[in-house]
Amino acid sequence: MAVMTYREALNEALDEELARDPSVFLMGEEVAEYDGAYKVSKGLLDKYGPKRIVDSPISELGFTGLGVGSAMTGLRPVIEFMTFNFSFLAIDQVINSAAKTLYMSNGQIGCPIVFRGPTGAALQLSSQHSQACETWYVHAPGVKLVVPGTPADAKGLLKAAIRDDDPVAFMEGELLYNVKGEVPEDDDFVIPLGVADIKREGDDVTILTHGKMIHVALQAAQKLEKDGVNAEVVDLRSLRPLDVDTILESVKKTNRAIYLEEGWSYVGVGAQISSIVQEEAFDYLDAPILRVTQADVPMPYAKNLEQIAKPGVKHVIEAVNQVLYR
Amino acid sequence: MATMTEEKPGTKGDALKGVSPEIALELLQDMLLYRRFEEKAEEAYAIGKIGGFCHLHIGQEGAAAGSLKPLRVDDWAISAYREHTQAIAKGIAPNAVMAELFGRATGCSGGKGGSMHLFDASVNFMGGHGIVGAQCALASGMGWTAHYNETDQVCICFMGDAAVNQGAFHEAMNLTAIWNLPVIYVVENNDYGMGTAFSRVSKTEMKMKSAAHGVPAHVVNGQDVLETYAFFTDLVQKVREGAGPQFVDLKTYRFKGHSMSDPVSGTYRSKEEVDGKIEGSDPIAMLRVVLESEGLLDESRLNEMDAEARRIAQEAFDFADESPLPDPDALYRDVYAEINPNGRLFFDAHERPGFAQ
Repeated sequence: MAVMTYREALNEALDEELARDPSVFLMGEEVAEYDGAYKVSKGLLDKYGPKRIVDSPISELGFTGLGVGSAMTGLRPVIEFMTFNFSFLAIDQVINSAAKTLYMSNGQIGCPIVFRGPTGAALQLSSQHSQACETWYVHAPGVKLVVPGTPADAKGLLKAAIRDDDPVAFMEGELLYNVKGEVPEDDDFVIPLGVADIKREGDDVTILTHGKMIHVALQAAQKLEKDGVNAEVVDLRSLRPLDVDTILESVKKTNRAIYLEEGWSYVGVGAQISSIVQEEAFDYLDAPILRVTQADVPMPYAKNLEQIAKPGVKHVIEAVNQVLYR
Repeated sequence: MATMTEEKPGTKGDALKGVSPEIALELLQDMLLYRRFEEKAEEAYAIGKIGGFCHLHIGQEGAAAGSLKPLRVDDWAISAYREHTQAIAKGIAPNAVMAELFGRATGCSGGKGGSMHLFDASVNFMGGHGIVGAQCALASGMGWTAHYNETDQVCICFMGDAAVNQGAFHEAMNLTAIWNLPVIYVVENNDYGMGTAFSRVSKTEMKMKSAAHGVPAHVVNGQDVLETYAFFTDLVQKVREGAGPQFVDLKTYRFKGHSMSDPVSGTYRSKEEVDGKIEGSDPIAMLRVVLESEGLLDESRLNEMDAEARRIAQEAFDFADESPLPDPDALYRDVYAEINPNGRLFFDAHERPGFAQ
């Protein structure tokens, strides 16, 4: 195992896939000469040159569509959004073109492309830069969605996403880039999409979550342990494909679950997961599934308001206590 | 780089504008087919064989025939949703196009695309696209692929005149310009975006629209198929040799309504206007006059050619009508190219354990 940051893990994944497949290229704002707005692509320009590490203008719709068109004609682009907040300018190209061309062309023209960048809030970036964007993308058939929360998952899943033959939205987090963790030193470490990971085993309650929120869940679980509650933390890792089996197994063991996510509650990821659990494991539930989400407001700037708006350890513990009827 | 408007090719006195008699006659045959094909589609729509939206290309045949004939099969063409005849011009069999309009399994998109989404990877026809202007960005990606792979392929991207007011058009044009990609953006300028005259939605002339991006603009009479063919033969070669992106204001006129639900005239354009255009700028009639005056065509030859076009259109209708509907299993096919072995990809009831499909 090597210890590295989430940023370094992503960089290694890109490097290895660029080396492995000449049809892979990286395009986005500031990815080349600037080394990436968050330095994820550091050093790649020197290694692969300006044709494969491409600085685009600030033109999200344009370079996203360009990526999709190049994927339709045989390349395997990785399109970086400086943040997924900016991807809304480009979402037509993702949903109407990338996600539908294979279907509309009766399987003739596919679109192997990765859209990657951070989702969710960082610190005091205010309303337009602090949105969790998962729901927009996971809603549409034709798109896959990956949300790694650790360096190892970031590396293994990005490699899988680049090799996948479909459009994959790959959502990172500004606050994750400096997180350190162990990453296997295999020559070719790939984590298949659609496999959840139990980040902490427990048998009293299941905390279902994804992405950055796994760290909040783990902190909450630690505190709960001191209080005699043994929480299981299930990191979904990819939301489409979704590892329903692992979710259901955990719920059948603990009989209680909450969903923790960074985004808004209405039609959020947790709403879908709750629906699946009640449809397929109703008899195992001893309490309703509760959801812990961001406050249902645009993210405010003021430090105190932002803190209240974000889902935190305190909210997780409250929800867990509720489903345990304590 | 200064934007310029090039002079039309061809010299005065050369009635065929440098086009060989053989090609000129082929262009006539092509346009007759497109006309008869679309009339057959109109008929099929009227009796309920075709559903949804259906946008006919009648009146604009010269634009399709003249611009696409100079392409190689490995060049790409991509378009908006008025693309039936462009699809045929790029090489999709009329039978497969008509079957697609009918929503049949034998259609070029397996019945899942319909009138607005014709595709054929084998001839690099990269789709009809339904969001105005969006295909411009996809086309820049095809140009990027040629640049990336260092091939000499060219991409032609068609759009209607309304598309130039979309952000997608301008973003795509800028990217294509800065990277000198081999894409020819062609506005089939029929003066109306649906029912809105171009002059009502643009302060500047069409030929100005690429100026900000440093992309050369050209104005071509799309009703004159010889001019169009000669122009595109030259332009495609230049782009193939590295001239970079181009913008063509291909002037044309739609003889029918915007779609099947739109009257030909009476609301946003007058009967006099439409009749005048049909009388004065029918691309088929215009070519006929030239060919007859050059002694290359007489009435009986024309009738033979027209009969052939009608035969192919009727055959396409019959083929489509006799073709099977898509298999119900096709519903879930090709949503994803790769069904991951782990996890669930579909979330409707048919995925629920115990639910009978």
